[in-house]
This record gives sequence, C-alpha cells and structure tokens, in this order.
Amino acid sequence: MTVENGIGASVRRKEDQRFITGNGHYLDDINRVGQTYGYFLRSPHAFAKINNIDLAAAKAAPGVVDIFTGADMVADGIGGLICGWGITSKDGSPHNAPPHNSMAVDAVRHVGDQVAFVIAETLQQAKDAAELIEVDYEVLTPVTNISKALAPGAPQIHEEAPGNLCYDWELGDKAAVDAAFANAAHISKIDLINNRLSPNPMEPRAALGEYDAGSEELTLHTTSQNPHVARLIMSAFLGIAPENKLRVIAPDVGGGFGSKIFVYAEETTTIWAARKINRPVKWTADRSEAFLTDAHGRDHVSHAELAMDNDGKILAFRVSTQANMGAYLSTFASAVPTYLYGTLLSGQYKIPSIYVEVKAGFTNTTAVDAYRGAGRPEATYVVERMMDTAARDLGMDPTEFRLKNFIQPDAYPYETPVIMTYDSGDYPLAMNMAKEMIDYNGFAARKAQSEANGKIRGIGTAAYIEACGIAPSAAVGSLGAGVGLWESAEVRFNPTGSVTVFTGSHSHGQGHETTFAQIIADKLGVPIESVEVVHGDTSKVPFGMGTYGSRSLAVGGSAIVKAVDKIVEKSKKIAAHLMEASVEDIEHEHGVFSVAGTDKQMTMGEIAFAAYVPHNYPADLEPGMAENAFYDPLNFTFPAGTHIAEVEIDPTTGVVDIVDWAAVDDFGNIINPMIVEGQVHGGVAQGIGQALLEGVVYDDESGQLITGSYMDYCMPRADDLPNFRITTTNTPCPSNPLGVKGCGEAGAIAAPAALMNAIVNALGKDIDMPATPEKIWRAINSN
Amino acid sequence: MTTVSMTVNGKQVSAEVAPNTLLVQFIRENLRLTGTHVGCDTSQCGACTVHVDGDSVKSCTMLAVQADGAEVTTIEGLAQNGELHPMQAAFKENHGLQCGFCTPGMIMSAVDLVKRNPNPSEETIRTELEGNICRCTGYHNIVKSVKSASENMGG
Repeated sequence: MTVENGIGASVRRKEDQRFITGNGHYLDDINRVGQTYGYFLRSPHAFAKINNIDLAAAKAAPGVVDIFTGADMVADGIGGLICGWGITSKDGSPHNAPPHNSMAVDAVRHVGDQVAFVIAETLQQAKDAAELIEVDYEVLTPVTNISKALAPGAPQIHEEAPGNLCYDWELGDKAAVDAAFANAAHISKIDLINNRLSPNPMEPRAALGEYDAGSEELTLHTTSQNPHVARLIMSAFLGIAPENKLRVIAPDVGGGFGSKIFVYAEETTTIWAARKINRPVKWTADRSEAFLTDAHGRDHVSHAELAMDNDGKILAFRVSTQANMGAYLSTFASAVPTYLYGTLLSGQYKIPSIYVEVKAGFTNTTAVDAYRGAGRPEATYVVERMMDTAARDLGMDPTEFRLKNFIQPDAYPYETPVIMTYDSGDYPLAMNMAKEMIDYNGFAARKAQSEANGKIRGIGTAAYIEACGIAPSAAVGSLGAGVGLWESAEVRFNPTGSVTVFTGSHSHGQGHETTFAQIIADKLGVPIESVEVVHGDTSKVPFGMGTYGSRSLAVGGSAIVKAVDKIVEKSKKIAAHLMEASVEDIEHEHGVFSVAGTDKQMTMGEIAFAAYVPHNYPADLEPGMAENAFYDPLNFTFPAGTHIAEVEIDPTTGVVDIVDWAAVDDFGNIINPMIVEGQVHGGVAQGIGQALLEGVVYDDESGQLITGSYMDYCMPRADDLPNFRITTTNTPCPSNPLGVKGCGEAGAIAAPAALMNAIVNALGKDIDMPATPEKIWRAINSN
Repeated sequence: MTTVSMTVNGKQVSAEVAPNTLLVQFIRENLRLTGTHVGCDTSQCGACTVHVDGDSVKSCTMLAVQADGAEVTTIEGLAQNGELHPMQAAFKENHGLQCGFCTPGMIMSAVDLVKRNPNPSEETIRTELEGNICRCTGYHNIVKSVKSASENMGG
C-alpha cells in the first residue's frame, strides 16, 4: 500500500504558496513599533592600529540614538566570538585562536572590520552620522595571500598567533606513505589552488534585536541556519543573556549555503545594543557588506603526490595544504580544512596509505569558514584532479584508471586510512551509468567534429564522495568538536487530528516543510495539508543543532521518525484498550491500527482524539499525543557518485561552452525526488561557478577587496549554465532509519573537479580555477 | 520632502517621501509590500523587479518620484481574484524556486519576458533572465517553469 504524498513522491512544495505570492517573511520584512536602525562603520584599511575614535560630532547628528564601539561591549563584559572546534597541531599544541571581539578594540584586521555601531531613527541618519566619526588609524602593511602570510618575515596579524599560524595538523601514517613512495613504479604530482569564494545567498544577512524590560527577555531575529546554536554561543561565551532569557528566531531565510551557520559580530552587537537603548534595533546588510563580512569559502593551496605500481594500482597518496582562515577564526572554521577535508582524501579509492598535513594561517582578509560542501569539495578537487593527472601520466583512460582502483561494492564497511568507515555504495555502477548517459565512448568522434569546426572539445570526470549526516557526537567530540551534533524533534497531534512537527533542522530553501510532512503522511496517514512543520524559533522548537553538512533528513528526519515510533507505540496501547484486544495483536500501517485477524480497526485521528478526551482510556497511560525525540547518528552518511562534464572551447575567445553534463548520485533512499533533483541542480551550478566564473580577489599590496559587488564578482547567470542530466542510484544508508544519505552538497563537491578535468582534457595542460576566458586564451596561446 | 502618487496593484496611493527615495524603498517601506526584495546595491540581481506601466523594471534603479502617476504592479498584485498567475503556478509546479528570495523578481521578469516573446526558446529564456540572479536552483527549473508558463499564457 502506498500513501498519497508519502515517501518517494515528488510532492509540490507546501512552502511555495507564500513565496510566489510575495507573502514570505524574510528578516528585513519584519518591523517593530519604535524600531531604530543600526549601521556599522567599517574599516577602510586591511590592517591598522586604532589610536583613537572620536564620536562627539556623530553623536550630535540629527536622529542619532546612540553610538557604540568595541570598548563599550568589553566594558559591559561581553565576550568575544568563538571557534567551536579545537584542532591539535602535530606537536600536540592546541590551535591558536586569537581574540575576536564583535567590534574592533585596538586594531582592525581586514577591510570591513566593525569599528562602531551607529543607531538612529532612520537608516539614512545612521549612515550620515557614521561619516562624522573620526577614527585615528595607524595603517600597517597587510598580507592577504596564505603562502605569503605563512612565510618568514610576513606582517604579524595577531600577537597570539606567531608566524600567523593557526595550526599545523596532520592525519595518516607518514612512515607507511614514505615507504610506499620509495618503492613506487610511478609517481604523479600536481599543484592546485582552490579559489576563494563568496557564498552569496540572495538574501543578505540581517538582524532585529528586541528587549522586553518587563520580562528581561531578549529576542533576536536573525538570518540563521541554526538559531539554537546561535543562542547557545551568545549565551555561554558572549554572555549576552542566559539561554532562558534569550529567544532566537530565524524566520524565512533566503539561502545560506553555510554562510548563515556562523555567529557573526553584527548579530551579537545588534541584540546587545537593543538592551542598551531599550528599543528594537534593526540591521540589514547591503550586498557590499555581504562581500566584506559573510564568511568566505575554500582558499586552499595544495601539493599532492600519488604513488602507483607497474599495473596502475594506487599504493599511497600524500597531500600538503595551506588553508587561509582570514583575519579571525570563524565559528567552525578550524574543522573545515582538517576533519571535513583530510578525512575524505581516500575518495572512492582503495588506497593502502594516505598522509595529509595542513597548515592553517591568518591573513588580512574576511574570515573563511564552511561553504556548501565545506572541505569536501576541496578534498574531491585534490583527489579527482590527481586521478586524471595520474591516468594521463600512465597513458590510461581516466575512467578506466578509476574503475581499476575503486573500492568494490562488496567491501563495506570499508575503513579508509584517514579514519572514515564507508558504510555502503556502488561506485563502479554510478561511473558506468554516467559514461553511458554521456556516451563516453562516442567522445572521440564528437571531438573530431569539434575540431573540424575550429573548436576544442574536452571531457572530464569526477567520482566524488562526501561524509554527510553530520555527525555522531562521540566521534566528533573525540576529534575536538565543542558540541554534540544530534537533532531533536517533536511530533504533536492536535485533538482534531492535525499534526504539528517541531524540528531543529532549519529550512532556507531545502523544502523541509514538504519533505518532513511527507514522512508524517507516509507513516501516520495524515493528509499532508494537515501537517505543519515548525522550525527556526528557540521558543517553539524544543532544541536543535540546525542545518548544514547535508544533515537535515539523515539526522533531523531520523529524529522525527523516532518521535513517530513513540506515537505509534502509544497509539497501539490506546487502540488495544478501545478495541478490547491485547497490544501484541495490534497491527499498524500508515496510521491505521487494526486487530490482527479481525476487521476491527481505528484511525490515527480517532486515537489522537481519544488521547485528548480520555473518557475511556488505559488507566496506566498519560493523556495526550505528543512525543519528543533526540537522535544522535551512529555514523556519517556517505553520498557518492560520478559527474561527467563535456565542454567545447572556442580557441579564439577562450570561452567554455558546457555542452553536456551527466550526473549519477547515490543518495540512498529518497523522500521527494523533485526536491533532490533541485538540490543537485543548485549544487552543480555553484560548482560550475567556482570552476568558471567566481573568485574573491584582494589587492596584494593594499589588502582591498577587488571583487566587492556583482559588477566584479561573477555570479552564474541563466545563460552561463546548461541543462543538467541527472539520475540516482540507491544503496540505502544502513545507519539511519530512513536509509537516506543527504543531497544538498553533492553537486558543489563534484562539479568543479569534473569541469576542470574536462577543460584540462581539452587544453592538454593544467589550469587553475576560475578558468576564465582570459586564462584559457593565455593557456592556449602560451607554450 | 515631496509628494508622490501612483497606482499600485490597482490601488491609488500617495505619500510624502524624501526626493532620493527609491521606488523599491517606497514599495517596501511606505506601502509595506515586502514581497519585492533587495538583494544587491548595484542593480544586478533583479530581486526588486516590478512592472511599471506594464514593463519590468528593477525598482532599485528608479526613484519613487520617477514613478509618479505610473501604474505599478508588484508580486502581490499578480494573482487575480485569488487565482495564481500562470507564471506563479508554473514556478510551483516545476520547482522553480527554493529559498524564494529571488522568486518575486524572477516571476515579474518572466511575465514581461513572455509578454514580449510569446513562445520563447530555452536560449531566449536564459538570455532574457540574465538580469535576475538565483543562487539556489541553477536556473534549470526556472527555465522549465517559464517555458511551461508561456504555453499556458496563450503564447
């Protein structure tokens, strides 16, 4: 029996109605009586000491309510922003995490660093007043490039981080790797830069702080992917307010891609200031501020080497990476180039030994943290560019080289040399399907045809793997995480049979209001229209760790299933009582409870009503039908697949035309195929953006951000992208009750490597991202 | 301050505004029609697209006073008598939106696109939507939505 709008159906999204009619409530759409407007004066310098800040003229300007600086927050006992994951260096020392005040106290360390917060009756008045603030800067020489920052003699950005080093970390068996290299028949090498990106969700970040002097409660409305985590950090580390007096609401949020995970200075300042002036304060970033202050992604410099035997079998892999952390350590920044990166360097391959070392350092740039994929795109990029290079060096077809070295479908659970235990998969299947989809064997003929037309054609493969469903608390705790990474849910029946689901998994485009409702519809037989999914408010949702790392369904969905299981268990007892049968004889399917071997049955709605109107009810059972559950995953999940890109390059202009894209992804079981496809489209688009168009650029000398607007930072537009051909395979995840793996990041992880391999294949030489027409033209026209 | 009057979604409105007030500010702040969004500050993203006298306009590129006397339609005015415009219905049916932030502007641009190109090819749709940035969908399903709506709009 299948249920209408149940698991596996491409149900049209419940949330769409409000978005297509203009009735969404994004943060800047919210206004309060007596609201003031906040504006940040930001540093125009990449690195400078602050000798003095003179606020006198600005405070006297029309409409100004108050102006605060970093010193005011420090004087109020407000702590600095923290990094929640401790990394231990090779020598056993903890990572260097220099102080990170919400507003500068004695120095500014990147262009856009917060210097003062001006609050006025109107935004225009706040902006005008900010121009009257006199800051005495002593300008210092900045460094923005990670390799330069880690070199001897570089400008010293923080006293607490000598040599600008955050950590020097390693993973894997160095001696075994060295021995394998010493005896290898073939060694291939590659140097790669993973370009710095700006996440650019279309809704800029914003915050609205309110203070109720009567209850002494603070309410922060903020553009967050994880309001409970924001509340925890602001309460425990900054001391904004005790958790029971701090409510954090993340309403409709217009995209995140990781950048809205973090606790930012603007939010903490806004909520703190609301209490100081006892009036609501609203701050909304403009896009220029977003470029300057939203945590960036990637920015790695890597060298990789692969050792192989005579037969093309991989013997060992070693990688050395420098990771740019920016000026300060953002909320989860330290984990991205380590446990979300080094642990994925086995890719889909059987590699006997792997060694990776990562030096992370500070620069005078915006902080770098998780961006869609977070570490895993960087790992896939290194692994998959390496595989193509090795195949080329050996004179083998790159797909044949991969197939030869894949972990085989009967090898699970498979322990990698970099501490992951892959639980399921079928890598050869996805690879062969993708080759079939794109007619890989017909490529030579298509290439010849292109050549006849004066074009250069290339084909490129990426066989990616990611660790999602983040994460088993005990595992991440042992690796330095400061939090547990479970998820919570409550499933609450109302007496009339409708259901409210409370989840800690925030939705900002992923469609949870539909997907989670489908789980309820399927398991409890409630029409999808009668299921309301509530998220994003610490006063409504019991608790939550939020949305990132493709964890919502695997972890948040599993918490819902656990709560559903408790509902079913209780309902069976009520049904048994009402139908005068024993509990063991009650059978349940999709919300219908029947007595085995009879035609007696009751619906979930009838049972829920009986639970709230318990006139005839089991004596030992509590009334009501609402169950809570917390779910802590047993393992990561391991989505994997193969993407193949085919490109045609015009040698006269260097323009790349993506002529075909085939993606085969294994996400385990799928609840809503339509939504999953949409996630893949979006991920691939961001990956193509990284490979062809996007890149944050700082001026080396002044440290100024060159790519500070959509005029300069090239976002993918409709006419930059192709249609995508995508399909899925399914090896269900054995570690969670839904058998799901997560699909949100796959495209962004697979796409850059696939596309760059296609371009390198076409050009016959290496090139770094973004592969702009200029770079390609130069590559074609140089020897 | 200066007085502006215009018809917005069929209703006559009038307000005192500072002369440098943008049309998008007037719509969002004076009229509290918050379906029209601001996604950038360089007139690149198109989230603020509305119709002025029947043509799509990025409402951040226009002063409110320049729309004095004009006929303005925002996303809130697109559905008629509780029935979705075919373009709105097509975005829902084809999963043409995810976070929804760019969607109002995207839909307003798409309606104008189909008005000018009743039977647009995929290439025309992609070229015409170049002024609207979406970060979520990769445009695949937006293109599909516009194509499907064009067929239902009697093109």
